Amino acid sequence: MRAGETLRLLFRGPTAIVAAAVLLVLIVTAFLGEQLAPHDATGTDVSNRLQAPSADHWFGTDELGRDVLSRVILGAEVSLRVGAVAVGISLVAGVLIGLLAGYYGRWVDDVLMRLSDVLFAFPAMLMAIAVLAILGPGSTNAMIAIGIVYTPIFARITRASVLSVREEVYVKAARSAGAGDLRIIGRHVLPNVTAPIIVQTSISLAFAILSEAALSFVGLGTQPPDPSWGRMLAEGRGFVEQAWWMAVFPGLAIFVTVLAFNVLGDALRDVLDPRQRQAMAGTGVTA
Amino acid sequence: MSDVLVRASGLQVRFGPVRAVDGVDLEVRRGETLGLVGESGCGKSTLGNALLRLVEPTDGLVEFDGLDVTAAGRRELRALRRRTAMIFQDPYASLDPRRTVAESIGEPLAIHGLHKGRAARRARVGELMEVVGLNPDHGARYPHEFSGGQRQRVGIARALAGEPEFVVCDEPIASLDVSVQAQVVNLLVRLQREFGLTYLFVSHDLAAVRQVADRVAVMYLGRVVELGAGTSVSGTPAHPYTEALVSAVPVPDPTRERTRQRIVLSGDVPSPADPPSGCRFRTRCPKAFEACPDHDPVLQPTGPEQAAACHLHGVTDR
Repeated sequence: MRAGETLRLLFRGPTAIVAAAVLLVLIVTAFLGEQLAPHDATGTDVSNRLQAPSADHWFGTDELGRDVLSRVILGAEVSLRVGAVAVGISLVAGVLIGLLAGYYGRWVDDVLMRLSDVLFAFPAMLMAIAVLAILGPGSTNAMIAIGIVYTPIFARITRASVLSVREEVYVKAARSAGAGDLRIIGRHVLPNVTAPIIVQTSISLAFAILSEAALSFVGLGTQPPDPSWGRMLAEGRGFVEQAWWMAVFPGLAIFVTVLAFNVLGDALRDVLDPRQRQAMAGTGVTA
Repeated sequence: MSDVLVRASGLQVRFGPVRAVDGVDLEVRRGETLGLVGESGCGKSTLGNALLRLVEPTDGLVEFDGLDVTAAGRRELRALRRRTAMIFQDPYASLDPRRTVAESIGEPLAIHGLHKGRAARRARVGELMEVVGLNPDHGARYPHEFSGGQRQRVGIARALAGEPEFVVCDEPIASLDVSVQAQVVNLLVRLQREFGLTYLFVSHDLAAVRQVADRVAVMYLGRVVELGAGTSVSGTPAHPYTEALVSAVPVPDPTRERTRQRIVLSGDVPSPADPPSGCRFRTRCPKAFEACPDHDPVLQPTGPEQAAACHLHGVTDR
């Protein structure tokens, strides 16, 4: 299927359009960040602490008098960056592992996939916390930790597709013409396994952002004073009764972002590979 | 220069317990078309693949122009791949859906560093497309934009790109519409004349093979049971299995067709994992006698340019 056709089918219905629009707004927000924020996100103003939402502070202020809206805006950049880099790591590592395991089979497959299984066997959060316990807290290490956690998912999905593409007649045709493994993998296998990988990327972005928020919530991700949705949620938790806005707005931001990525991922899956729906339901992918 | 381009001796291919090819001796002569017929599962495709070492033989020897294919290293095998090619049965499956037809046709050129440079390569691809009867302006299109017959022409152009000497045609017309089968056969015949190609033409269709092949080999359960000139094998079959195959081909003459005696074989093909003792065909052979279960027949001459592995022509044993 050609790219233009895919996009046309994808944006047939309103849900995918809305999801894509939300994500576009988020990405623009993340890029502009400082320029968009009405106040200094890290500047404290104790005399204005715990102010309810008003014309000046749309989302209110936190316990140090910082503008919640500005912090949510700057938090978008953190969340998207950590999510994108983390998924980038698992995408590259996972696809590479999946290609090698699926294409070469035998002991290569056994070694790589058993290692993946070991990683996969741990609950995602526990695994990420363990990695951060070794590397130390911080947003860079959070990216690495989340990247490691999601690598086996990409490895499995890629491998499954490679196993079927490997047996295609056009692969044999390339081999009969004298193509080496590198050429076959790069030119014939990889381009034909992209659909499920694209879908998984979109869905993983949602989970990665959720994981970053969770890690920051427990204090292992983004460190203060940098704004992070997860951290803001954690800080707001103590003030839920006096200042609901401190927790509700960053929570909403996480909710909307994750939902948008999930909806887009689902729509992509419907368009790119309707059969994949069942295959992935079986892997038990959860945050 | 030897008369024989490809020679298989004692060739065997096993997939676990399954003996797909079980001791085949075969010669393909330079410039000829050797037809290879048999029902599905008899090992004819596997034999074609093994000759090009697209499947690894478990035993035996394949020689190409005096070179030991079975022992070839990476570099030798690569050089060999330039001199050989394969045309596949399903023109839908044999073209990468993500590559334009020009990319597919040009792939052997890229692999072997032929016609270097964008312009030269493009010119060569255009030339190849023209040779097989495709519009050279359609190179930027994707396989799904072509019909089955056109795709098969793309596959043929790709096979020709490296200027091979030996081409294995693996059921090249079986999945095409009847209306285009003849066109593709004629194209293959023309290309053979034009480029001096040697063909192994694998097919389950004796009528089609008879049309294109100089010589015909008949396979049954991993073995060649009859081998000879196309006219003698189909005119005076020496093996009961070949007789049955020949009797199944309709005759394009209503009066003769009405009186045609069909030999309908009873039973199924035995499992290639556990072939019958002695002659493998004996369980379905209408002419089987007491020697058949005890002796495994070898190919023996039954006439000029014809040989059969059948005890009716004298009991033999492998």
